[in-house]
Amino acid sequence: MKIIACIKQVPDSEAKVRAEDGKVTWGDAPLVINPFDEYAVEGALQQKEAQGGTVTALCIGPESAKDALKHALAMGADDAVLVSDAALAALDTVGAARVLAAAINKIGGADMVVFGRQTLDNGAGLTPAQTARVLGWPMLGLAGSIKVEAGSVTVDRIIEEGRQTVSAKLPAVLSLVQSIGEPRYPSFMGIRKASKATIPVWSLADINASAPAPVVTRIELMNPPVQEREVEMITGESAAEIADKLADKILAEKVL
Amino acid sequence: MKTFVYIDHFKGEVQPASWEAIGVAKSFGTAVALVFGEGADEIASVANAAFEYGADEVIVVDDAALTDYRAEPYASTLSALASSATPDLILFPTTARTRELAAMSAVDLSTGVLTDVAKFEQDGDKLVATRPIYEGKVLEKTVCSGKPIMATIPARAFPKPERVSGKTGTLTKGAAKTDALTTVIGYSASESAVNIGDAAVIVSGGRGVSNNPSLGLDEAATAKKGFEMLGELATLLGGAVGASRAAVDGGYITYAHQVGQTGKVVTPDLYIACGISGAIQHLVGMRNAKVIVAINKDADAPVFKQARYGVVGDLFQIVPALTESLRKKLGK
Repeated sequence: MKIIACIKQVPDSEAKVRAEDGKVTWGDAPLVINPFDEYAVEGALQQKEAQGGTVTALCIGPESAKDALKHALAMGADDAVLVSDAALAALDTVGAARVLAAAINKIGGADMVVFGRQTLDNGAGLTPAQTARVLGWPMLGLAGSIKVEAGSVTVDRIIEEGRQTVSAKLPAVLSLVQSIGEPRYPSFMGIRKASKATIPVWSLADINASAPAPVVTRIELMNPPVQEREVEMITGESAAEIADKLADKILAEKVL
Repeated sequence: MKTFVYIDHFKGEVQPASWEAIGVAKSFGTAVALVFGEGADEIASVANAAFEYGADEVIVVDDAALTDYRAEPYASTLSALASSATPDLILFPTTARTRELAAMSAVDLSTGVLTDVAKFEQDGDKLVATRPIYEGKVLEKTVCSGKPIMATIPARAFPKPERVSGKTGTLTKGAAKTDALTTVIGYSASESAVNIGDAAVIVSGGRGVSNNPSLGLDEAATAKKGFEMLGELATLLGGAVGASRAAVDGGYITYAHQVGQTGKVVTPDLYIACGISGAIQHLVGMRNAKVIVAINKDADAPVFKQARYGVVGDLFQIVPALTESLRKKLGK
């Protein structure tokens, strides 16, 4: 089985992200592999272990995004590809899907493409399904488990109402969620291998794609209004007294 | 402005933000509700509700290919309807299904999707949408230059229109596209029909719910008892039980209850966090609740920085006492 795991590099979730002078800044907080994409890499590696085959990590981003790909390599991915091009500075999700689909076609022969369910930065969660649509492959979204058998894949989708079991013929695109299992930590050997790896960088010309014009564009950035949240500590002699005072406070908020 | 509103339902149970989307559509002009599925009764009941919530027109597509939600035929059906009826805007409630459906249709129609829109502003012929990015740490205003504009709205972000019993409108039938690439094998409901996304009150538990040596029980049994206790308070207040990731990972409660980065982002009127220390990954999922109450043994727990009211104490004592007190004060 040939599996491609699509990942992105984002600021760490502990980062103090702010809007400043029309730009998003996060100070000196580290850039990391998108936490949701670690489930994608984990799920891909589980399938590689069960079925044999290879895992290729694929990322669109600047040169620095190689670090995110190295994390995937250190976890156990076999190889990695970075798509990087100055023309990709303003990319919306449909554009990203077209570029990823072109790169997936150039890698060639994939049985399965896996994504995390969304990224920490844009958070739209559209790219997996859009990539499937561009490729014309089935989309199995929000999968919490994967079973591959005789050229088909069956997943349990975690949806609002419960779990839905859905199958499709390979090749298929999947987005994976937390139930797939805790992402493994990079091993010592993995980190060594990753640090030595040469990651090919493909331009748009290399994947035979032109820069997609964005349809969705940002016109303004804002910081959310600062919430005046002075916590009021409720104290008392007994649990009953504290509870009574707290109940009065809650009722006074008129939220019930 | 003509707006399509996709009514997202599962076996006839409608995701309530669909009705909120009708309200938004009405504020812009004409609201045309779309109801996809199979089965005259199920579809008629959803279509009637759509009229009662204010839809001017309802287009129903009743076809065996649409029995269960499947991304491909649903997206193709939507794209075909949008191509022929040329709405200015297509609105969806943000759900597991609509994220895919909107995403795919946007590819078909060469347009884009604005997800989780918290606010719309009309600026001339432009529709400006405010939405959270970086887990709500920053907000962006975005526009979509494609036609139709597509947008999803989260639960509880916009007011639900009043339901006017018996109201009707124009009902038309649309044709289904049947290009399915997937097969639905089965479905298992969550053991509790929990939908924390829509709850007005959430009582949430974390690792602390499993920690009460005085009960003399093992960790799992303590957690079970603890969550039952939170459930009583939630039931009294007509709310739902939430959980931190630590509680879900500990196996105390299922993933459907998880609030936070890898779970659900919720905006209830009241959020009571019990035994939750308040990792950033949890806080991003609940910090926009109107009133947050935190109950924790550790006075330094970060959750108190987000809370309106805090209690440092044993949740196994405070929560039952709070349930009792509220029961009396509410006369229930």
